Amino acid sequence: MIETGKGGFRLCLKTKTHNIHGGNTMLNRRTLIGTLSAATLVLGAGFAQAQDKMYIPLISKGFQHQFWQAVKAGADKAAAEFDVNVTFEGPDSEAQVDRQIDMLAAALAKNPAAIGFAALDSQAAIPLLKQAQAAGIPIIAFDSGVDSDIPVATAATDNVAAAALAADKMAEFIGDAGKVAVVAHDQTSRTGIDRRDGFVNRMKEAHPNIEVVTIQYGAGDQLQSTEITKSILTANPDLKGIFGTNEGSAIGVVNGVKESGATGITIIGYDSGKAQTDAIRSGLMAGAITQNPVGIGYETVKAAVMAAKGEAVPAKIDTGFYYYDKSNIDSPEIAAVLYD
Amino acid sequence: MTSTNPDARQGVFARLSASGAHQKLLAFASLLILLLGFTLASPNFMQTTNIIAILQATSVNGVLAVATTLVIITGGIDLSIGTLMTFTAVMTGVVLTNLGLPLPLGIATAIGTGAFCGFCSGSFVAKMKIPPFIATLGMMLILKGLSLVISGTRPIYFNDTPGFSQISLGSVIGAVIPSLPIPNGVLILFLVAGAAAYILSRTVLGRYCFALGSNEESVRLSGVNTDWWKIAIYTLSGAIVGIAGLLIASRLNSAQPALGLGYELEAIAAVVIGGTSLSGGRGTILGTLIGALIMAVLTNGLRILSVAQEWQTVVTGAIIILAVYADQVRRRKAA
Repeated sequence: MIETGKGGFRLCLKTKTHNIHGGNTMLNRRTLIGTLSAATLVLGAGFAQAQDKMYIPLISKGFQHQFWQAVKAGADKAAAEFDVNVTFEGPDSEAQVDRQIDMLAAALAKNPAAIGFAALDSQAAIPLLKQAQAAGIPIIAFDSGVDSDIPVATAATDNVAAAALAADKMAEFIGDAGKVAVVAHDQTSRTGIDRRDGFVNRMKEAHPNIEVVTIQYGAGDQLQSTEITKSILTANPDLKGIFGTNEGSAIGVVNGVKESGATGITIIGYDSGKAQTDAIRSGLMAGAITQNPVGIGYETVKAAVMAAKGEAVPAKIDTGFYYYDKSNIDSPEIAAVLYD
Repeated sequence: MTSTNPDARQGVFARLSASGAHQKLLAFASLLILLLGFTLASPNFMQTTNIIAILQATSVNGVLAVATTLVIITGGIDLSIGTLMTFTAVMTGVVLTNLGLPLPLGIATAIGTGAFCGFCSGSFVAKMKIPPFIATLGMMLILKGLSLVISGTRPIYFNDTPGFSQISLGSVIGAVIPSLPIPNGVLILFLVAGAAAYILSRTVLGRYCFALGSNEESVRLSGVNTDWWKIAIYTLSGAIVGIAGLLIASRLNSAQPALGLGYELEAIAAVVIGGTSLSGGRGTILGTLIGALIMAVLTNGLRILSVAQEWQTVVTGAIIILAVYADQVRRRKAA
């Protein structure tokens, strides 16, 4: 990018260099921007018509992951059922706390009937949540909850109990003794902490002969979790099992075990997604915990509608979880909550 | 951009300000059209709270873009600013929360850390002759890693320093004029931009900044210590990034160690929309400020219109290309 010219102090002649054609360029630029604003207006008009219905924005922790798309599907289902408008947004990565705050600020500006919010960092969102509270806009926390008493309800999986179930299943597979490891998605979010602690504490309490040798964090990134898994396997040749705490982590664990060529490793995953369900069908993964993402989306919107109407809402809405493996993956009950 | 025209008719500053004014006008017109379009499209857009939300969303990216502008005008690029911002925030967290030192020391740490890292980047580029793209790419990764190491991959909260969140969220203006609660973060953005614009147009450092981007070789041949000036500019840019680090940490009341990657690209986009040339030698701070505002208005406006998120990204990308294309056309034809 550095420009090293052949000589001459070019600073003085910059604007003279491209002066070949001449002509009115303001017009050109204006045309471009005019077209754009016209498009914007059309879009805006389309949405303005729908403004009479109750409006409920959901600010999620992510957007393009299949899990969040399943939550969105549940929210859309409830939106149709209760005849409300729902929008669904989330930052590109779970590190972008500030982007999520901007989304929340924009949602507030739209004077919504209620807001669904899955906090990346509860503390960072407090000023805006207080603003919502002052404006009388009820907040429904979903997925991971918000460490504050502002949300009127929280629709989430009991992650501690779900991870404890994963620990029990792991113990069953490896004969209640030996070394296991955890590849977690992070150590700051509620889900990350609850799943890790749920698994580790259950092992300590109910399976004293199982040792959790290491807990590593791969940010829910498949590739990172793959590399982490490989290094865990290198460091612990006698490892018997690995627990991956979310979709990206679990797929990373499967890939890592596959790439390292290790055998006899019991893998328990979390959530679903095509790669994970394939791994379960092929036997690479023993089984996984699935939340009910569609239910999370649905219950969040349902609670938001109730709160907006001034009805009483239960403070904790347990959206449920299941353990699934090769044997029940196609059963209607499980198939309904899995996503590809 | 290999110019061979030896005809230098205008004085440096007369020409710069003339071309700058033209560019600013165009960018400003686009911003106004966007504002008008969104205002007509949604009654929720043009509200005080939303305008403040937009300004607040601009503050961090705006300060980063100002820092980037300086480096880009020299013909360089800085990919490390996003993670440097995070690193300065983490270091501030260490000083204020882990060590429990008073607030002024935390502020000094952020700016000092930024300046030091900028100095390092500048030295890699100027003294070790590493291309800026590579030098700052390396720096980006080093700082990302160090942020995670130093923080233990956990956010550092500023709960023990109650005044800290006021840096960004408090409102000095609002205390004087209650109907205008513009957050301090926004005020700081404008102060930083004003200072940078002054440095660029009124000081020797600013003059060499343009000269380096125009023709480094001839500046060097005329007896100027180009290495030194280049390092000075990277250092200044780093110090400004330190201010962005303070702003984001204050706004989130925490130093988030995993954040930062990708912010450099948004800053570069704002700089380019504002009419600064990526090949150096040309650019204005006001243009950059408007570029950053265009990005924030666009993001916010599309959200207010409830445009589906996947389309927001497409539109933002298209606008960047359109804006820069329009600028290219104008420049090719402009007198």
